[in-house]
Amino acid sequence: MTVGPQTTETSRFKITDIKKVFGSGQSNLRQFGILFSLIAIIALFQVLTNGLTLSPGNLINLVSQYAYILILAIGMVMVIIAGHIDLSVGSVAAFVGIVVASAMADWGLPWPLGIVLGLVVGAAIGAWQGLWVAYVGVPAFIVTLAGMLIFRGGNQLIGNANTIAVPEGFTSIGAGYLPEVGPNTGYNNLTLLVGLALSLAVIISEWRSRRTQRSMGSVPAPVWVSLVKVIVLVFVIGYAAVLFASGRVGTSLPISGIILGVLVLIYAFITRNTIFGRHIYAVGGNKHAAELSGVNSRRVNFLVMMNMSILAALAGMIFVARSQASGPQDGLGWELDAIAAVFIGGAAVSGGIGTVAGSIIGGLVMAVLNNGLQLLGVGSDRVQIIKGLVLLIAVGLDVWNKTQGRPSISGLLTRRFGSTKPAAPVQFEAPQIETISEAPEKVLPNGGTPDSARPGAVTRN
Amino acid sequence: MVRQDDPRPAFSSDPIILEMRSITKEFPGVKALSDVSLTVRPNEIHAICGENGAGKSTLMKVLSGVYPYGTYTGTITFQNEECRFKDIKSSENAGIVIIHQELALIPELSITENIFLGNEPTRFGSIDWPQAKRRAIELLARVGLEDDPDTQIKNIGVGKQQLVEIAKALNKSVKLLILDEPTAALNETDSQHLLDLIRGLKSKGVSSIMISHKLNEIEQVADSITIIRDGKTIETLNVKADGVNEDRIIRGMVGRTLENRFPDRHPTIGEVFFEVKNWVVQHPQVTERLVVKDSSFTVRRGEVVGFAGLMGAGRTELAMSLFGRSYGTFISGQVFKDGKQIQLRNVTEAIDHGLAYVSEDRKALGLNLLDDIKRSIVSAKLSKISRADVVNDVDEYQVSESYRRSLRIKTPTVNEGVSTLSGGNQQKVVLAKWMFTDPDLLILDEPTRGIDVGAKAEIYGIIRDLAAQGKGIIMISSELPELLGVSDRIYTIFEGTITNDILASQADPETLMRSMTSTKRKVLS
Ligand SMILES: Nc1ncnc2c1ncn2[C@@H]1O[C@H](COP(=O)(O)OP(=O)(O)OP(=O)(O)O)[C@@H](O)[C@H]1O
Ligand SMILES: [Mg+2]
Repeated sequence: MTVGPQTTETSRFKITDIKKVFGSGQSNLRQFGILFSLIAIIALFQVLTNGLTLSPGNLINLVSQYAYILILAIGMVMVIIAGHIDLSVGSVAAFVGIVVASAMADWGLPWPLGIVLGLVVGAAIGAWQGLWVAYVGVPAFIVTLAGMLIFRGGNQLIGNANTIAVPEGFTSIGAGYLPEVGPNTGYNNLTLLVGLALSLAVIISEWRSRRTQRSMGSVPAPVWVSLVKVIVLVFVIGYAAVLFASGRVGTSLPISGIILGVLVLIYAFITRNTIFGRHIYAVGGNKHAAELSGVNSRRVNFLVMMNMSILAALAGMIFVARSQASGPQDGLGWELDAIAAVFIGGAAVSGGIGTVAGSIIGGLVMAVLNNGLQLLGVGSDRVQIIKGLVLLIAVGLDVWNKTQGRPSISGLLTRRFGSTKPAAPVQFEAPQIETISEAPEKVLPNGGTPDSARPGAVTRN
Repeated sequence: MVRQDDPRPAFSSDPIILEMRSITKEFPGVKALSDVSLTVRPNEIHAICGENGAGKSTLMKVLSGVYPYGTYTGTITFQNEECRFKDIKSSENAGIVIIHQELALIPELSITENIFLGNEPTRFGSIDWPQAKRRAIELLARVGLEDDPDTQIKNIGVGKQQLVEIAKALNKSVKLLILDEPTAALNETDSQHLLDLIRGLKSKGVSSIMISHKLNEIEQVADSITIIRDGKTIETLNVKADGVNEDRIIRGMVGRTLENRFPDRHPTIGEVFFEVKNWVVQHPQVTERLVVKDSSFTVRRGEVVGFAGLMGAGRTELAMSLFGRSYGTFISGQVFKDGKQIQLRNVTEAIDHGLAYVSEDRKALGLNLLDDIKRSIVSAKLSKISRADVVNDVDEYQVSESYRRSLRIKTPTVNEGVSTLSGGNQQKVVLAKWMFTDPDLLILDEPTRGIDVGAKAEIYGIIRDLAAQGKGIIMISSELPELLGVSDRIYTIFEGTITNDILASQADPETLMRSMTSTKRKVLS
């Protein structure tokens, strides 16, 4: 084995650095490619719609229309990393929506308490499903398929298959915007402030990551790389802030968008930096090894399932707030959008791989596609067909590339991206090629450990 | 395939079945093979030796089409034809069959089904099972396996699974058989059987390439040996002509003579600090079967305790059931540490009480192959580098970096995925992972499986160092020389019962073997 020459270090770190946007792990490169696809799709629709896609009104609409799907994607990616799936999220969202709506309508529950009630119901449902998945051992597919039926039925039972309206205050979480405060600048001042705060956060985190790298004894990427990265990000944030701030009077950054943003930050941190986050990846990657390292896999599975239902409850309430009423058809097919977002965002069906950031990008790809096609007047029948094909092609291309032992599309993209240094060894091939050499090992019986010695075979008493 | 007019090199008059010339294979950031050549003659057993990460498996993957033509440079000539395999199937069609370092059988399927997987004999479009079974019995007879071909793979031992792999290869009319560490997981009897079989195949015209870290086996069966170091061919030895012995091979592998295979021992053995009394464990499914029967043993501070036993004697089961009841159903027994009784009801409790268990099965039980090296190393004790449940990246990096250096894990950086490491280096990562938990009692289950001689000596050294720091070590091993060379005291286990307790200085292989194969309890020394 010869370690690559030192001269390649800088170019490698440069790419690693940009990959940092997605957190660490081997799934980076796929998401890297997805980000490029997102940018390409936005650019494409921007041209096709003559600038309508990135107009303030459309952008605001886009966020409030898809925030709840993206919130679901956050929970879903954790479920999928742990090696499960949740089909019940749409029904759970609808069920919680109707419970909250009727509690406020029938009992006169104040709306803030209504939100608390919704989250508690979500947690209870999640605990119920988590119990079956983690402690009884029924596959999540079955448990949540049952949940899908149970809670859809529950929604129609409670609401008598009718629509129930929600009070004014409640609607703010789905249809509200940052209020107008301060001097009249012609923009929404708070939105501009949010943009400013985010820009500062980007600068600080970049500076800190450079410091971290240095204390790890590795040479950080050249300063200009960081500068370019920060300038691009700040520009994007600033541009978006101005767009959001210059919407029709009374509209600005949607509250649901802010909720989404906060959740993304929190969950990205949890999955990447906390012990619990590590445990999710460990259980999804190799449950037996995780258990033998002291990970309580049942607890992890339980919490992940429970968390998903809480987020589904939140998404359901945001949707109800936005449409100002809860109805029997709410949340139909949401689970599929959320799952699609996660897989487009680079998660692996077999678990162990995926990130929050990637899933959000995957969800945005779907959202922009949906929105752009609608702007172009394409019928919903065709939109569905196109979305289905995009999902299939995005994941299919990657899988196919892996089985062919070639770098993934995203690998190719990144290679072209770094083509200023053609000789630089491209780091990204490793996992792809590895998949082949690992392929036979997936089914390997064992290295002499009796099958019954596996932790899975433990009979608890 | 490209036919060449006269591919036979002029310098040799001997026939050649396989020639790999100037093979170079790069992984991102790593040149795994550079300009490697290999020549195999008909009717020979050709061994490939080299340290962990030297590139042996990679070379074989190139040869068998796992890494397809175009992902490497150099030429492969097999039976006078230049080969450009695009996948495993095409190399198999040419008569080259590889049996991987990790077996690729499907545990749920029967022997017959596994043998014919992907190669099913058909009749009128449907699988002809009667014929498949007849053929399977024939093939099993050729490899000397008498089991019912309907037995599920998961119900036969690893030794037999290897034989099934070979039967599967024979079914594909193999001309060149590649075996990557075939005996790593086998006990001595099974290994011997396998080696005899390979020799038998040779006399029937099947050549073999064999990778192994068990040099005594190589010395015994190989006709020639190619030594690879750091991705380069060092030399090819002719066993008979060159009078090769183990030391000669080691010299080629590591570039110097290895003074001591086993470390010097100056044990300072303290008082008994860990004691297990009357441990009884039941089979997880078959309730009437006791896998561990009334076993009691002690470990002293600074002592390396060896556990000898045949495959299936219950050593792994004993260790895993102690380690947080990770195996079987706990029936009865007590554990004392420092004189106080402790409870080890789950793995977390076991780790908290200072136990660590390094599994013999690193891929299935030791590592998350999707993870990178640094995360793997800290994964068993994240709390040590965390504050308020938040993992400190810098500590993680520095900790794993220090283990990379001290254990000499061969990798460009600790950010690399563990799946990119060679087998032996993965083992070092598992070892690092458990050393990081700073255990008082370290249980090592076959710690040197698949590890090269040099690294073995290093690991023995590490074991002795840990003991010198006052830790207790339990070492389960199927290699008696290793047990005798490293441990201070040895327990023998036969069918779940501890049959002997003997000081290593007073033991020899024969005594151990006798206790490993009979229930008679000896007077404790
Ligand atoms: N898919 C991969 N990606 C990156 N590097 C790899 C990959 N596969 C192997 N390597 C590297 O190539 C080198 C050779 O590995 P290989 O598995 O051939 O070693 P080996 O000689 O078989 O070792 P062992 O005796 O431990 O099995 C190692 O340094 C390893 O880290
Ligand atoms: Mg190998």
